[in-house]
Amino acid sequence: MNLGLSIISLARFQFAMTTVFHFFFVPLSIGLALVVAIMETVYVVKKDILYKHMAQFWGRIFLLSFAVGVVTGIIQEFQFGMNWSDYSRFMGDIFGAPLAIEALVAFFMESTFIGLWMFGWDRFNAKIHLAFIWLTSIGTMISAMWILAANSFMQNPVGFMINAKTGRAQMTSFSAVIKNPQLWVELPHVLFGAFVTGSFVVAGMAAFSLLKKKNVNFFRKSLKVSLIIGLVATIGVVAVGDLQTRYIIKEQPMKFAATEGLYKDSGSPAAWSVISSMDTQNHKTNWSIDVPYVLDILSYHKLSGNVKGQNTLNKEFHAKYDKKFGKNMNYYVPTKTLFWSFRVMTISGGVFALIAIIGLLFNRASSDLIIRQRWFLWVLGICTFLPFAANTTGWLITELGRYPWVVYGLLTIADAVSPNVSVASLLISNIVYFCVFSGLGIVMIVLSRRALHEGPDDLLKATDDAPYDPYGKGALSHE
Amino acid sequence: MSNLQLLWFVLVGVLFSGFFFLEGFDFGVGMTIKSLAQTRAERDVVIHTIGPHWDANEVWLITAGGAMFASFPMWYATLFSGFYLILLLILVALIMRGVSFEFRSRMESDAGRNFWEWAAAIGSFLAAFLFGMMFTAMVKGMPIDAHGDMTAHFTDYVNLFSIVGGVAVTLLCYLHGLNFIRLKTTGTLRARALQWAKPLYWVLFAGEVVFAILLYFNTDFFTKKPISTLILVVALVVLTCLATWGVYGNHEWLSFISSGLSLIDVVVLLFNGLFPRVMVANNAVNSILIKNASNSPYTLHLMTVIALSVLPIMLVYFIWSYWVFYKRLAS
Repeated sequence: MNLGLSIISLARFQFAMTTVFHFFFVPLSIGLALVVAIMETVYVVKKDILYKHMAQFWGRIFLLSFAVGVVTGIIQEFQFGMNWSDYSRFMGDIFGAPLAIEALVAFFMESTFIGLWMFGWDRFNAKIHLAFIWLTSIGTMISAMWILAANSFMQNPVGFMINAKTGRAQMTSFSAVIKNPQLWVELPHVLFGAFVTGSFVVAGMAAFSLLKKKNVNFFRKSLKVSLIIGLVATIGVVAVGDLQTRYIIKEQPMKFAATEGLYKDSGSPAAWSVISSMDTQNHKTNWSIDVPYVLDILSYHKLSGNVKGQNTLNKEFHAKYDKKFGKNMNYYVPTKTLFWSFRVMTISGGVFALIAIIGLLFNRASSDLIIRQRWFLWVLGICTFLPFAANTTGWLITELGRYPWVVYGLLTIADAVSPNVSVASLLISNIVYFCVFSGLGIVMIVLSRRALHEGPDDLLKATDDAPYDPYGKGALSHE
Repeated sequence: MSNLQLLWFVLVGVLFSGFFFLEGFDFGVGMTIKSLAQTRAERDVVIHTIGPHWDANEVWLITAGGAMFASFPMWYATLFSGFYLILLLILVALIMRGVSFEFRSRMESDAGRNFWEWAAAIGSFLAAFLFGMMFTAMVKGMPIDAHGDMTAHFTDYVNLFSIVGGVAVTLLCYLHGLNFIRLKTTGTLRARALQWAKPLYWVLFAGEVVFAILLYFNTDFFTKKPISTLILVVALVVLTCLATWGVYGNHEWLSFISSGLSLIDVVVLLFNGLFPRVMVANNAVNSILIKNASNSPYTLHLMTVIALSVLPIMLVYFIWSYWVFYKRLAS
């Protein structure tokens, strides 16, 4: 069967599809775990039952997201072996360790304590129950740390050597792998991004409910909690993003040049293109709308300095790598995707900050502007979806900007793919995943909408505030 | 072969043993949703018996896979790329059953609940069956080239031996699930699980005999390691006798522990037969050996330190969570 498809393009497509879909639910779960944990903390501190109901209600969305996140995560672990077996052989000495540690340390923690949290509402006192959601939340963050340690090595290999006999990468310093500077700009950026996701999903869904004027007090308080977290997280994600940008100029200049659509060197002072028309065939910029100095401010926090363009970098890369990888390598990264992704991501950051500030002002206890300014609730509602666009574009920059390597400067994509897997197998698995993901995505949206539509009435009205617990009063002790 | 390599071969085996002991009854309970449990209330109960645990049980599989990657990447790479389509189906099965418990609880219509109940039952069945099939085919020997790449054809992994292996593992899981339900429920469900287990144990005996015969003809277990293989096969039968005694004498704990240990015995049987290889090739020179498949001593040492310091803590809260939910559920 030859449809003009290669195993490389199919394996790459599958990696993109499965990670993008998985990463809808990862930041949502990490973020919602934190938001729910904070709500339950407020309940324990203030002893206001409303916050318990809040944790339970938003916990429903969290549990849905967590379930889909878990099952799509198994694909990721299997995928390295299934589609990228030569990568696994080359990198196993370094890559396997963080993966195994992630499972041992983080997955057991989050899966055990989420079970205790779900089924333990009326069996434990409030403080112990609160500890369960925090342990779950911390588990999700530890998980992010280990998988990003693995990813950071692929972006910026450190603490290793190439074994001359086997040709495989071999770890020489675990602490160098953990201290990888790439990890410590990437991890906080991902975590703050996850908190933005969780908080804006809560805020956006609360806004939709406020449009219907049902349970106004409940949703206004939910909005307040989520927007405070959202604002702090947005400031965090932007600040760390700035650190990360300045790191990438040094370590992965090609990626950075592409996010700015630079083919020629910028010269000093460097202007920033708001929009740009790029000719990716001939490696030149047709036209662009530029703002002077801004690129220098972004890159160096100064008003002068040159930023290298892709044409210069391509020559430098050829000089550096031709001996090892041959003359025919193409070092240009997918420029248009990176350029526009960067703009979607950064503009989203600005929107989040603005929306959070306006929302908190409108939602002051002394004001009912939030109810009257319906246009704003609509805007906030649409913001439910924006974090997913920001997360995805962020990862597109990170992963596509690594082209043509899987492990930066060490292993090309072409050398990483499983040589024994057929085009047919890959085509089948792509179609199967596509169908499964479409189904899961639809069910997730329908169930989340339904949970929102039904609202927290059952929680608020229940005189006995314990939710149904199968291990509660009905259960029997062993004789 | 170094001690560290041996240790990690054993540890991977331990993790798979844990997975089959724990997820074994999960799979079994999942299958009972559309067989043993006959009313909506009964289905609620059987799902709740594994509700707080199934996710953490599945982490044993993820940890086993991760540990295999972290210790024997050559094994991981060959196994996962070689059994591509089986693993794809296993993933789909695990996905469908994984979301089914949460999704079912949100359904408003009978049709919706019915759909996710079937997803749980079929997903559990397929996962158990396909794992049994894959591991059986793996010890039989597969077409592996000198680079370690396996290019198997349909009959390499779907044949009489692997199908019997799949059925045996499915049956072991199902009975393990019934024994778990006997421990965790009361009333009619508990009685019916006992009733159903009785004839099934005789089927299992028959299956074990067929499996042992096929094992003799399809693998080199009996020629290379006659004594240990024989001991483990006999142990499997003895454990099944104990479980059967537990069924007829109504000793619930005895049945449950015995059925769990039978699953572990199967894992040990396979790992014992594999040793000192990790993958068996049809052409013996291409078999992948423990001594060639592993990571560097540095990484193995590092992973040993981390695993041995984390595992005890993890086991404490893992077991504690079972103790918390140590109750029978009423219908």
